[in-house]
Amino acid sequence: MKNRTGKNIKAGKALKRGLAAVCLLPPALLVLLPIALLLSGSLMDALEMKGYLAPVFGNGEGFISWKLLPDYPSFENYGKLLFGTPQFFILFWNSVKLVCCILAGQMLAAVPAAWGFAVYPAKGSRGLFGLYVVLMLLPFQVTMLSSYLVLDGLALLNTHQAIIFPAVFSTFPVFLSYGGFRGIPPQMLEAARVDGAGEFTLFMRIGLPIGKSGLLSAMVLGFLEYWNMMEQPMAFLEERSLWPLSLYLPEITWGQAGFAFCASVITLIPAVFVFLLGQDYLEQGIIYSGLKA
Amino acid sequence: MRKKKKFFYLFTGPGFVGILIFVLLPFGDVVKRSFTGAVTGHFTGMKNYQIIFTNQAFVLAVKNTIGFTLVCIPLLVLAGFVTAVLLNGLGGRGRMKSVYLFPLAMPTATIVMVWKMIFYRQGFLNLFLTEMGLRTGLWGEVHRDYLGTEAAFWVLVGSYVWKNLGYTVILWLAGLKGIPAALLEAATVDGAGKWQKIRYMILPSLKGSLYTIVILSFLNSFKIYREAYLTAGAYPHKSIYLMQHLFNNWFVNLELDKMAAAAVCTGGVLMAVIFILQRLWDRNEWDEK
Repeated sequence: MKNRTGKNIKAGKALKRGLAAVCLLPPALLVLLPIALLLSGSLMDALEMKGYLAPVFGNGEGFISWKLLPDYPSFENYGKLLFGTPQFFILFWNSVKLVCCILAGQMLAAVPAAWGFAVYPAKGSRGLFGLYVVLMLLPFQVTMLSSYLVLDGLALLNTHQAIIFPAVFSTFPVFLSYGGFRGIPPQMLEAARVDGAGEFTLFMRIGLPIGKSGLLSAMVLGFLEYWNMMEQPMAFLEERSLWPLSLYLPEITWGQAGFAFCASVITLIPAVFVFLLGQDYLEQGIIYSGLKA
Repeated sequence: MRKKKKFFYLFTGPGFVGILIFVLLPFGDVVKRSFTGAVTGHFTGMKNYQIIFTNQAFVLAVKNTIGFTLVCIPLLVLAGFVTAVLLNGLGGRGRMKSVYLFPLAMPTATIVMVWKMIFYRQGFLNLFLTEMGLRTGLWGEVHRDYLGTEAAFWVLVGSYVWKNLGYTVILWLAGLKGIPAALLEAATVDGAGKWQKIRYMILPSLKGSLYTIVILSFLNSFKIYREAYLTAGAYPHKSIYLMQHLFNNWFVNLELDKMAAAAVCTGGVLMAVIFILQRLWDRNEWDEK
Protein backbone atom coordinates (compact mmCIF):
# COMPACT_ATOMS: atom_id res chain seq x y z
CA MET A 1 0.00 0.00 0.00
CA LYS A 2 2.68 2.38 1.06
CA ASN A 3 4.61 1.58 -2.07
CA ARG A 4 1.64 2.43 -4.26
CA THR A 5 1.03 5.85 -2.75
CA GLY A 6 4.72 6.52 -3.26
CA LYS A 7 4.33 5.67 -6.89
CA ASN A 8 1.26 7.85 -7.17
CA ILE A 9 3.09 10.79 -5.71
CA LYS A 10 5.89 10.22 -8.16
CA ALA A 11 3.48 10.02 -11.07
CA GLY A 12 1.76 13.18 -9.86
CA LYS A 13 5.08 14.96 -9.69
CA ALA A 14 5.99 13.84 -13.18
CA LEU A 15 2.62 15.06 -14.43
CA LYS A 16 3.11 18.42 -12.78
CA ARG A 17 6.52 18.76 -14.32
CA GLY A 18 5.14 17.86 -17.70
CA LEU A 19 2.43 20.49 -17.34
CA ALA A 20 4.93 23.13 -16.31
CA ALA A 21 7.11 22.27 -19.28
CA VAL A 22 4.13 22.52 -21.62
CA CYS A 23 3.24 25.93 -20.20
CA LEU A 24 6.80 27.14 -20.57
CA LEU A 25 7.33 25.95 -24.11
CA PRO A 26 5.27 28.49 -26.11
CA PRO A 27 7.03 31.55 -24.66
CA ALA A 28 10.35 29.82 -25.22
CA LEU A 29 9.39 29.31 -28.87
CA LEU A 30 8.47 32.99 -29.11
CA VAL A 31 11.99 33.76 -28.00
CA LEU A 32 13.62 31.46 -30.50
CA LEU A 33 11.48 32.23 -33.53
CA PRO A 34 12.96 35.66 -34.31
CA ILE A 35 16.43 34.14 -34.31
CA ALA A 36 15.32 31.44 -36.72
CA LEU A 37 13.84 34.13 -38.96
CA LEU A 38 17.09 36.10 -38.97
CA LEU A 39 19.26 33.07 -39.68
CA SER A 40 17.09 31.76 -42.50
CA GLY A 41 16.79 35.24 -44.01
CA SER A 42 20.52 35.73 -44.05
CA LEU A 43 20.98 32.52 -46.04
CA MET A 44 18.29 33.24 -48.58
CA ASP A 45 18.79 33.99 -52.23
CA ALA A 46 17.72 37.57 -53.09
CA LEU A 47 15.15 36.48 -55.65
CA GLU A 48 13.53 34.00 -53.32
CA MET A 49 13.27 36.59 -50.57
CA LYS A 50 11.77 39.11 -52.94
CA GLY A 51 9.02 36.63 -53.68
CA TYR A 52 8.24 36.15 -50.00
CA LEU A 53 8.33 39.81 -49.07
CA ALA A 54 6.52 41.13 -52.16
CA PRO A 55 3.08 41.33 -50.50
CA VAL A 56 4.48 43.65 -47.85
CA PHE A 57 5.14 46.31 -50.48
CA GLY A 58 2.11 45.50 -52.65
CA ASN A 59 -1.30 47.10 -52.48
CA GLY A 60 -2.66 45.08 -49.61
CA GLU A 61 -3.20 41.77 -51.37
CA GLY A 62 -1.93 38.51 -49.94
CA PHE A 63 0.45 37.98 -47.06
CA ILE A 64 4.08 37.66 -46.31
CA SER A 65 5.37 34.10 -46.53
CA TRP A 66 8.55 32.45 -45.41
CA LYS A 67 10.56 29.26 -45.39
CA LEU A 68 12.81 28.49 -42.48
CA LEU A 69 14.82 26.28 -44.84
CA PRO A 70 15.31 28.38 -47.99
CA ASP A 71 14.80 26.68 -51.36
CA TYR A 72 17.92 28.31 -52.72
CA PRO A 73 20.30 28.78 -49.83
CA SER A 74 23.23 31.01 -50.64
CA PHE A 75 26.07 32.75 -48.91
CA GLU A 76 25.89 35.54 -51.44
CA ASN A 77 24.76 38.10 -48.87
CA TYR A 78 27.56 37.23 -46.49
CA GLY A 79 30.04 37.49 -49.33
CA LYS A 80 28.73 40.86 -50.36
CA LEU A 81 28.76 42.13 -46.80
CA LEU A 82 32.19 40.85 -45.84
CA PHE A 83 34.05 41.47 -49.08
CA GLY A 84 32.04 44.11 -50.95
CA THR A 85 31.25 46.70 -48.29
CA PRO A 86 34.24 48.23 -46.53
CA GLN A 87 31.91 50.62 -44.67
CA PHE A 88 30.57 47.67 -42.76
CA PHE A 89 34.02 46.97 -41.36
CA ILE A 90 34.51 50.55 -40.30
CA LEU A 91 31.27 50.48 -38.36
CA PHE A 92 32.00 47.08 -36.91
CA TRP A 93 35.35 48.29 -35.61
CA ASN A 94 33.74 51.46 -34.33
CA SER A 95 31.46 49.30 -32.22
CA VAL A 96 34.34 47.15 -31.02
CA LYS A 97 36.45 50.19 -30.19
CA LEU A 98 33.67 51.94 -28.29
CA VAL A 99 32.76 48.89 -26.25
CA CYS A 100 36.37 47.99 -25.41
CA CYS A 101 37.31 51.53 -24.40
CA ILE A 102 34.23 51.90 -22.25
CA LEU A 103 34.74 48.59 -20.49
CA ALA A 104 38.44 49.25 -19.94
CA GLY A 105 37.66 52.68 -18.55
CA GLN A 106 35.04 51.25 -16.24
CA MET A 107 37.58 48.75 -14.94
CA LEU A 108 39.88 51.62 -14.02
CA ALA A 109 37.29 53.99 -12.59
CA ALA A 110 34.42 51.91 -11.25
CA VAL A 111 36.11 48.81 -9.84
CA PRO A 112 38.44 50.67 -7.44
CA ALA A 113 35.53 52.89 -6.44
CA ALA A 114 33.48 49.83 -5.55
CA TRP A 115 36.42 48.53 -3.50
CA GLY A 116 36.57 51.85 -1.69
CA PHE A 117 32.89 51.63 -0.81
CA ALA A 118 33.11 48.00 0.28
CA VAL A 119 36.31 48.08 2.36
CA TYR A 120 36.70 51.64 3.69
CA PRO A 121 33.22 52.74 4.66
CA ALA A 122 33.87 56.31 5.79
CA LYS A 123 31.41 58.81 7.19
CA GLY A 124 29.03 59.87 4.45
CA SER A 125 30.01 57.07 2.11
CA ARG A 126 26.58 55.52 2.52
CA GLY A 127 24.95 58.71 1.37
CA LEU A 128 27.30 58.94 -1.58
CA PHE A 129 26.48 55.38 -2.51
CA GLY A 130 22.79 56.24 -2.40
CA LEU A 131 23.50 59.07 -4.83
CA TYR A 132 25.28 56.60 -7.11
CA VAL A 133 22.23 54.36 -7.07
CA VAL A 134 20.00 57.27 -8.06
CA LEU A 135 22.38 58.25 -10.86
CA MET A 136 22.42 54.68 -12.09
CA LEU A 137 18.64 54.71 -12.35
CA LEU A 138 18.34 58.00 -14.25
CA PRO A 139 17.54 57.33 -17.91
CA PHE A 140 19.71 58.75 -20.66
CA GLN A 141 17.10 61.31 -21.70
CA VAL A 142 17.26 63.08 -18.35
CA THR A 143 21.02 63.48 -18.50
CA MET A 144 21.17 64.04 -22.26
CA LEU A 145 21.23 67.83 -22.06
CA SER A 146 23.82 67.92 -19.29
CA SER A 147 26.05 65.50 -21.19
CA TYR A 148 25.63 67.61 -24.29
CA LEU A 149 26.64 70.77 -22.45
CA VAL A 150 29.78 69.30 -20.96
CA LEU A 151 30.81 67.55 -24.17
CA ASP A 152 30.27 70.75 -26.08
CA GLY A 153 32.33 72.62 -23.51
CA LEU A 154 35.18 70.14 -23.80
CA ALA A 155 34.91 70.15 -27.62
CA LEU A 156 34.35 66.42 -27.66
CA LEU A 157 31.12 66.36 -29.67
CA ASN A 158 31.26 64.27 -32.80
CA THR A 159 34.21 62.23 -31.54
CA HIS A 160 34.24 58.77 -30.01
CA GLN A 161 35.29 60.24 -26.69
CA ALA A 162 31.86 61.83 -26.47
CA ILE A 163 30.43 58.34 -26.14
CA ILE A 164 33.23 56.83 -24.11
CA PHE A 165 33.70 59.32 -21.27
CA PRO A 166 30.14 59.59 -19.96
CA ALA A 167 29.80 55.80 -20.15
CA VAL A 168 33.07 55.21 -18.28
CA PHE A 169 31.72 57.22 -15.36
CA SER A 170 28.42 55.40 -15.26
CA THR A 171 27.67 54.19 -11.74
CA PHE A 172 26.09 50.88 -12.67
CA PRO A 173 29.42 48.96 -12.71
CA VAL A 174 30.32 50.47 -9.32
CA PHE A 175 27.12 49.03 -7.97
CA LEU A 176 27.68 45.58 -9.49
CA SER A 177 31.34 45.33 -8.48
CA TYR A 178 30.38 46.35 -4.97
CA GLY A 179 28.10 43.32 -4.92
CA GLY A 180 31.11 41.09 -5.56
CA PHE A 181 33.45 42.79 -3.07
CA ARG A 182 31.15 42.98 -0.12
CA GLY A 183 31.18 39.20 0.29
CA ILE A 184 34.84 39.28 1.31
CA PRO A 185 35.13 38.88 5.09
CA PRO A 186 36.95 41.81 6.78
CA GLN A 187 38.85 39.31 8.98
CA MET A 188 40.58 37.98 5.90
CA LEU A 189 41.80 41.46 5.00
CA GLU A 190 42.81 42.09 8.61
CA ALA A 191 44.85 38.89 8.64
CA ALA A 192 46.63 39.90 5.45
CA ARG A 193 47.38 43.33 6.95
CA VAL A 194 48.92 41.69 10.00
CA ASP A 195 51.09 39.69 7.62
CA GLY A 196 52.32 42.99 6.23
CA ALA A 197 50.33 43.38 3.03
CA GLY A 198 49.75 46.95 1.86
CA GLU A 199 46.30 48.24 0.95
CA PHE A 200 46.98 48.07 -2.78
CA THR A 201 48.26 44.52 -2.47
CA LEU A 202 45.01 43.67 -0.72
CA PHE A 203 43.05 45.08 -3.64
CA MET A 204 45.11 43.30 -6.27
CA ARG A 205 45.72 39.98 -4.51
CA ILE A 206 42.55 39.47 -2.50
CA GLY A 207 39.90 41.84 -3.80
CA LEU A 208 40.20 41.17 -7.51
CA PRO A 209 40.54 37.37 -7.38
CA ILE A 210 37.83 36.78 -4.79
CA GLY A 211 35.43 39.52 -5.81
CA LYS A 212 35.82 38.95 -9.50
CA SER A 213 32.28 37.73 -10.03
CA GLY A 214 30.95 41.25 -9.45
CA LEU A 215 33.21 42.98 -11.91
CA LEU A 216 32.91 40.23 -14.50
CA SER A 217 29.17 40.48 -14.37
CA ALA A 218 29.52 44.24 -14.78
CA MET A 219 31.60 43.57 -17.88
CA VAL A 220 29.09 41.11 -19.36
CA LEU A 221 26.07 43.31 -18.73
CA GLY A 222 28.10 46.30 -19.91
CA PHE A 223 29.07 44.61 -23.13
CA LEU A 224 25.50 43.72 -23.98
CA GLU A 225 24.36 47.23 -23.12
CA TYR A 226 27.02 49.12 -25.07
CA TRP A 227 26.98 46.80 -28.05
CA ASN A 228 23.32 47.74 -28.31
CA MET A 229 23.91 51.43 -27.60
CA MET A 230 21.75 53.77 -29.68
CA GLU A 231 20.64 56.91 -27.87
CA GLN A 232 24.11 58.25 -27.13
CA PRO A 233 25.66 57.93 -30.60
CA MET A 234 22.44 59.17 -32.15
CA ALA A 235 22.65 62.35 -30.10
CA PHE A 236 26.38 62.98 -30.06
CA LEU A 237 27.78 61.60 -33.32
CA GLU A 238 26.83 63.39 -36.48
CA GLU A 239 29.41 61.89 -38.75
CA ARG A 240 28.26 58.57 -40.10
CA SER A 241 31.75 57.11 -40.35
CA LEU A 242 31.92 57.29 -36.55
CA TRP A 243 28.67 55.40 -35.98
CA PRO A 244 28.53 52.01 -34.31
CA LEU A 245 26.83 49.09 -36.04
CA SER A 246 23.72 49.37 -33.93
CA LEU A 247 22.86 52.67 -35.63
CA TYR A 248 23.70 51.48 -39.12
CA LEU A 249 21.45 48.41 -39.20
CA PRO A 250 18.14 50.29 -39.16
CA GLU A 251 19.35 52.36 -42.12
CA ILE A 252 19.33 49.39 -44.47
CA THR A 253 16.20 49.52 -46.60
CA TRP A 254 13.76 46.70 -47.28
CA GLY A 255 15.03 46.48 -50.84
CA GLN A 256 18.21 45.03 -49.38
CA ALA A 257 16.47 42.85 -46.84
CA GLY A 258 18.85 39.92 -47.31
CA PHE A 259 21.75 42.20 -46.67
CA ALA A 260 20.09 43.52 -43.53
CA PHE A 261 19.53 40.00 -42.24
CA CYS A 262 23.19 39.21 -42.76
CA ALA A 263 24.36 42.36 -41.04
CA SER A 264 22.01 41.56 -38.16
CA VAL A 265 23.39 38.06 -37.78
CA ILE A 266 26.95 39.35 -37.76
CA THR A 267 26.04 42.00 -35.19
CA LEU A 268 24.42 39.31 -33.13
CA ILE A 269 27.45 37.00 -33.11
CA PRO A 270 29.65 38.89 -30.60
CA ALA A 271 26.66 39.41 -28.32
CA VAL A 272 25.78 35.71 -28.42
CA PHE A 273 29.40 34.81 -27.85
CA VAL A 274 29.61 36.97 -24.75
CA PHE A 275 26.20 35.75 -23.63
CA LEU A 276 27.23 32.09 -23.81
CA LEU A 277 30.63 32.63 -22.24
CA GLY A 278 29.44 34.89 -19.49
CA GLN A 279 26.04 33.48 -18.78
CA ASP A 280 26.78 32.61 -15.19
CA TYR A 281 28.19 36.07 -14.57
CA LEU A 282 25.24 37.60 -16.35
CA GLU A 283 22.89 35.86 -13.97
CA GLN A 284 25.06 36.78 -11.04
CA GLY A 285 25.12 40.36 -12.25
CA ILE A 286 21.36 40.51 -12.45
CA ILE A 287 21.16 39.20 -8.91
CA TYR A 288 23.78 41.71 -7.72
CA SER A 289 21.92 44.50 -9.46
CA GLY A 290 19.02 43.56 -7.25
CA LEU A 291 20.96 43.71 -4.01
CA LYS A 292 20.24 46.48 -1.63
CA ALA A 293 22.97 49.01 -0.98
CA MET B 1 40.38 55.85 11.21
CA ARG B 2 42.14 58.63 9.30
CA LYS B 3 44.01 56.03 7.32
CA LYS B 4 40.74 54.44 6.35
CA LYS B 5 39.45 57.75 5.06
CA LYS B 6 42.59 58.29 3.03
CA PHE B 7 42.15 55.00 1.22
CA PHE B 8 38.47 55.64 0.63
CA TYR B 9 39.43 58.85 -1.16
CA LEU B 10 42.22 57.13 -3.06
CA PHE B 11 40.03 54.36 -4.41
CA THR B 12 36.76 56.18 -4.90
CA GLY B 13 38.10 59.63 -5.69
CA PRO B 14 39.12 59.28 -9.35
CA GLY B 15 35.76 57.85 -10.34
CA PHE B 16 33.97 60.50 -8.34
CA VAL B 17 35.86 63.31 -10.06
CA GLY B 18 34.73 61.90 -13.40
CA ILE B 19 31.14 61.74 -12.23
CA LEU B 20 31.42 65.28 -10.95
CA ILE B 21 32.71 66.55 -14.29
CA PHE B 22 30.45 64.56 -16.57
CA VAL B 23 27.25 64.29 -14.58
CA LEU B 24 26.81 66.34 -11.44
CA LEU B 25 28.21 69.75 -12.42
CA PRO B 26 26.54 69.80 -15.84
CA PHE B 27 23.26 68.77 -14.24
CA GLY B 28 23.59 71.75 -11.94
CA ASP B 29 24.05 73.86 -15.04
CA VAL B 30 20.87 72.36 -16.48
CA VAL B 31 18.95 73.29 -13.34
CA LYS B 32 20.24 76.84 -13.71
CA ARG B 33 19.32 76.92 -17.39
CA SER B 34 15.82 75.76 -16.66
CA PHE B 35 15.23 79.16 -15.06
CA THR B 36 16.75 81.22 -17.86
CA GLY B 37 15.85 82.00 -21.48
CA ALA B 38 17.69 79.96 -24.11
CA VAL B 39 18.85 82.83 -26.26
CA THR B 40 19.31 85.74 -23.90
CA GLY B 41 20.45 83.80 -20.86
CA HIS B 42 18.49 86.13 -18.60
CA PHE B 43 16.67 84.88 -15.55
CA THR B 44 13.07 84.16 -16.50
CA GLY B 45 11.76 82.50 -13.37
CA MET B 46 9.29 79.70 -13.88
CA LYS B 47 8.51 80.62 -17.47
CA ASN B 48 10.13 77.54 -19.00
CA TYR B 49 8.13 75.36 -16.66
CA GLN B 50 4.95 77.15 -17.60
CA ILE B 51 5.74 76.63 -21.26
CA ILE B 52 6.29 72.92 -21.00
CA PHE B 53 3.24 72.25 -18.87
CA THR B 54 1.02 74.00 -21.39
CA ASN B 55 2.79 72.26 -24.28
CA GLN B 56 0.49 69.65 -25.81
CA ALA B 57 3.31 67.38 -26.86
CA PHE B 58 4.70 67.39 -23.33
CA VAL B 59 1.35 66.58 -21.76
CA LEU B 60 0.77 63.78 -24.27
CA ALA B 61 4.25 62.37 -23.72
CA VAL B 62 3.88 62.43 -19.95
CA LYS B 63 0.50 60.72 -20.16
CA ASN B 64 1.78 58.05 -22.51
CA THR B 65 4.92 57.39 -20.52
CA ILE B 66 2.98 57.02 -17.29
CA GLY B 67 0.41 54.84 -19.03
CA PHE B 68 3.09 52.65 -20.52
CA THR B 69 4.81 52.25 -17.17
CA LEU B 70 1.58 51.43 -15.37
CA VAL B 71 0.66 48.75 -17.89
CA CYS B 72 3.95 47.09 -18.60
CA ILE B 73 5.55 46.92 -15.16
CA PRO B 74 2.76 44.98 -13.41
CA LEU B 75 2.49 42.79 -16.50
CA LEU B 76 6.21 42.04 -16.55
CA VAL B 77 6.39 41.46 -12.80
CA LEU B 78 3.48 39.03 -12.92
CA ALA B 79 4.61 37.21 -16.06
CA GLY B 80 8.07 36.86 -14.57
CA PHE B 81 6.66 35.50 -11.34
CA VAL B 82 4.51 32.87 -13.05
CA THR B 83 7.41 31.81 -15.25
CA ALA B 84 9.78 31.65 -12.29
CA VAL B 85 7.39 29.52 -10.25
CA LEU B 86 6.93 27.14 -13.18
CA LEU B 87 10.67 26.98 -13.76
CA ASN B 88 11.29 26.42 -10.08
CA GLY B 89 8.99 23.41 -10.18
CA LEU B 90 10.91 22.05 -13.13
CA GLY B 91 14.03 20.09 -12.28
CA GLY B 92 16.60 20.90 -14.96
CA ARG B 93 15.94 24.56 -15.37
CA GLY B 94 19.37 25.70 -16.59
CA ARG B 95 18.72 25.47 -20.29
CA MET B 96 15.22 26.95 -20.18
CA LYS B 97 16.47 29.85 -18.13
CA SER B 98 19.04 30.76 -20.76
CA VAL B 99 16.39 30.67 -23.45
CA TYR B 100 14.37 33.28 -21.58
CA LEU B 101 17.45 35.37 -20.92
CA PHE B 102 18.53 35.40 -24.53
CA PRO B 103 16.47 38.40 -25.76
CA LEU B 104 18.51 40.52 -23.38
CA ALA B 105 21.56 39.77 -25.51
CA MET B 106 19.86 40.55 -28.80
CA PRO B 107 20.70 44.03 -30.06
CA THR B 108 17.53 46.03 -30.67
CA ALA B 109 18.53 46.89 -34.20
CA THR B 110 18.62 43.22 -35.16
CA ILE B 111 15.21 42.47 -33.73
CA VAL B 112 13.34 45.43 -35.12
CA MET B 113 13.25 43.96 -38.61
CA VAL B 114 11.60 40.87 -37.20
CA TRP B 115 8.99 42.99 -35.41
CA LYS B 116 8.24 44.75 -38.66
CA MET B 117 7.81 41.45 -40.50
CA ILE B 118 5.39 40.31 -37.84
CA PHE B 119 3.34 43.45 -37.33
CA TYR B 120 3.12 44.98 -40.80
CA ARG B 121 -0.30 45.03 -42.45
CA GLN B 122 0.73 42.06 -44.56
CA GLY B 123 2.81 40.50 -41.84
CA PHE B 124 2.90 37.20 -40.01
CA LEU B 125 0.43 38.10 -37.27
CA ASN B 126 -2.29 38.97 -39.76
CA LEU B 127 -1.42 35.89 -41.76
CA PHE B 128 -1.83 33.77 -38.65
CA LEU B 129 -5.10 35.45 -37.68
CA THR B 130 -6.46 35.06 -41.19
CA GLU B 131 -5.58 31.38 -41.21
CA MET B 132 -7.28 30.94 -37.87
CA GLY B 133 -10.34 32.77 -39.13
CA LEU B 134 -10.60 30.74 -42.31
CA ARG B 135 -10.04 27.42 -40.54
CA THR B 136 -12.69 28.06 -37.92
CA GLY B 137 -14.94 30.03 -40.26
CA LEU B 138 -15.41 32.73 -37.64
CA TRP B 139 -13.89 35.67 -39.46
CA GLY B 140 -12.37 36.51 -42.81
CA GLU B 141 -9.06 38.01 -43.79
CA VAL B 142 -7.46 40.32 -41.27
CA HIS B 143 -5.63 43.37 -42.56
CA ARG B 144 -4.94 45.36 -39.48
CA ASP B 145 -2.10 47.82 -39.28
CA TYR B 146 -0.46 47.39 -35.90
CA LEU B 147 2.33 49.92 -36.04
CA GLY B 148 0.40 52.95 -37.27
CA THR B 149 -2.60 52.70 -34.94
CA GLU B 150 -3.45 52.45 -31.25
CA ALA B 151 -2.27 48.86 -31.39
CA ALA B 152 1.31 50.18 -31.54
CA PHE B 153 1.10 50.67 -27.78
CA TRP B 154 0.53 46.95 -27.27
CA VAL B 155 3.25 46.02 -29.71
CA LEU B 156 5.58 48.09 -27.57
CA VAL B 157 4.33 46.50 -24.35
CA GLY B 158 4.81 43.07 -25.90
CA SER B 159 8.35 43.74 -27.02
CA TYR B 160 9.20 45.15 -23.60
CA VAL B 161 7.99 42.00 -21.88
CA TRP B 162 9.72 39.85 -24.48
CA LYS B 163 13.03 41.57 -23.86
CA ASN B 164 12.95 41.80 -20.07
CA LEU B 165 11.20 38.63 -19.01
CA GLY B 166 14.46 36.73 -18.49
CA TYR B 167 15.87 39.46 -16.26
CA THR B 168 12.81 39.36 -14.06
CA VAL B 169 12.70 35.57 -13.96
CA ILE B 170 16.29 35.42 -12.69
CA LEU B 171 15.50 37.86 -9.90
CA TRP B 172 12.34 36.00 -8.87
CA LEU B 173 14.18 32.68 -8.95
CA ALA B 174 16.90 34.11 -6.71
CA GLY B 175 14.18 35.26 -4.34
CA LEU B 176 12.45 31.87 -4.34
CA LYS B 177 15.73 30.10 -3.72
CA GLY B 178 16.31 32.34 -0.71
CA ILE B 179 13.38 30.82 1.17
CA PRO B 180 14.75 28.04 3.40
CA ALA B 181 13.22 24.69 2.40
CA ALA B 182 13.30 23.56 6.03
CA LEU B 183 10.92 26.37 6.97
CA LEU B 184 8.40 25.29 4.35
CA GLU B 185 8.69 21.68 5.45
CA ALA B 186 8.10 22.67 9.04
CA ALA B 187 4.95 24.46 7.95
CA THR B 188 3.78 21.37 6.10
CA VAL B 189 4.33 19.30 9.21
CA ASP B 190 2.30 21.84 11.18
CA GLY B 191 -0.52 21.27 8.74
CA ALA B 192 -0.29 24.34 6.52
CA GLY B 193 -1.99 23.92 3.16
CA LYS B 194 -0.43 24.86 -0.13
CA TRP B 195 -2.22 28.20 -0.46
CA GLN B 196 -1.60 29.05 3.17
CA LYS B 197 2.09 28.53 2.59
CA ILE B 198 2.01 30.76 -0.46
CA ARG B 199 -0.05 33.42 1.25
CA TYR B 200 1.74 33.57 4.60
CA MET B 201 5.26 32.41 3.89
CA ILE B 202 6.35 32.63 0.29
CA LEU B 203 4.80 35.95 -0.72
CA PRO B 204 5.91 37.93 2.36
CA SER B 205 9.48 36.75 2.02
CA LEU B 206 9.52 37.83 -1.61
CA LYS B 207 8.68 41.44 -0.78
CA GLY B 208 12.33 42.46 -1.08
CA SER B 209 12.59 40.87 -4.50
CA LEU B 210 9.46 42.69 -5.57
CA TYR B 211 10.91 46.13 -4.82
CA THR B 212 14.08 45.28 -6.68
CA ILE B 213 12.23 43.98 -9.67
CA VAL B 214 9.97 47.00 -9.82
CA ILE B 215 12.93 49.40 -9.71
CA LEU B 216 14.89 47.57 -12.38
CA SER B 217 11.84 47.11 -14.61
CA PHE B 218 11.25 50.82 -14.28
CA LEU B 219 14.83 51.55 -15.29
CA ASN B 220 14.59 49.25 -18.28
CA SER B 221 11.23 50.61 -19.35
CA PHE B 222 12.95 53.78 -20.56
CA LYS B 223 15.01 51.77 -22.99
CA ILE B 224 11.89 50.82 -24.93
CA TYR B 225 12.54 54.01 -26.86
CA ARG B 226 14.92 52.10 -29.08
CA GLU B 227 12.20 49.77 -30.27
CA ALA B 228 9.68 52.59 -30.59
CA TYR B 229 12.06 54.80 -32.53
CA LEU B 230 13.25 52.09 -34.86
CA THR B 231 9.84 50.71 -35.72
CA ALA B 232 7.97 54.00 -35.97
CA GLY B 233 10.48 56.84 -36.28
CA ALA B 234 10.77 60.15 -34.44
CA TYR B 235 7.07 61.01 -34.80
CA PRO B 236 5.15 57.76 -34.24
CA HIS B 237 1.43 57.25 -33.75
CA LYS B 238 0.32 59.40 -30.86
CA SER B 239 -0.42 56.41 -28.64
CA ILE B 240 3.30 55.72 -28.33
CA TYR B 241 4.71 59.23 -28.32
CA LEU B 242 6.85 58.98 -25.18
CA MET B 243 8.96 61.35 -23.11
CA GLN B 244 11.98 59.92 -24.86
CA HIS B 245 10.67 61.01 -28.26
CA LEU B 246 9.98 64.45 -26.93
CA PHE B 247 13.44 64.88 -25.44
CA ASN B 248 15.00 63.69 -28.65
CA ASN B 249 12.94 66.00 -30.84
CA TRP B 250 13.62 69.00 -28.63
CA PHE B 251 17.27 68.11 -28.76
CA VAL B 252 17.24 67.93 -32.55
CA ASN B 253 15.44 71.29 -32.74
CA LEU B 254 17.81 72.77 -30.13
CA GLU B 255 15.00 73.79 -27.80
CA LEU B 256 17.35 73.56 -24.89
CA ASP B 257 15.42 75.70 -22.41
CA LYS B 258 12.38 73.42 -22.63
CA MET B 259 14.65 70.43 -22.39
CA ALA B 260 16.26 71.79 -19.25
CA ALA B 261 12.93 72.32 -17.53
CA ALA B 262 11.67 68.89 -18.60
CA ALA B 263 14.90 67.21 -17.49
CA VAL B 264 14.63 68.80 -14.06
CA CYS B 265 10.99 67.75 -13.73
CA THR B 266 11.56 64.20 -14.92
CA GLY B 267 14.69 63.81 -12.84
CA GLY B 268 12.85 65.16 -9.80
CA VAL B 269 9.92 62.81 -10.22
CA LEU B 270 12.21 59.83 -10.76
CA MET B 271 14.25 60.65 -7.69
CA ALA B 272 11.07 60.92 -5.65
CA VAL B 273 9.87 57.54 -6.92
CA ILE B 274 13.21 55.90 -6.21
CA PHE B 275 13.30 57.49 -2.78
CA ILE B 276 9.82 56.26 -1.90
CA LEU B 277 10.59 52.76 -3.11
CA GLN B 278 13.81 52.76 -1.10
CA ARG B 279 11.93 53.83 2.00
CA LEU B 280 9.38 51.05 1.50
CA TRP B 281 12.27 48.69 1.04
CA ASP B 282 13.94 49.85 4.25
CA ARG B 283 10.75 49.43 6.20
CA ASN B 284 10.40 45.93 4.84
CA GLU B 285 13.91 45.16 6.02
CA TRP B 286 12.94 46.38 9.47
CA ASP B 287 9.95 44.08 9.53
CA GLU B 288 12.21 41.13 8.95
CA LYS B 289 14.44 42.00 11.87
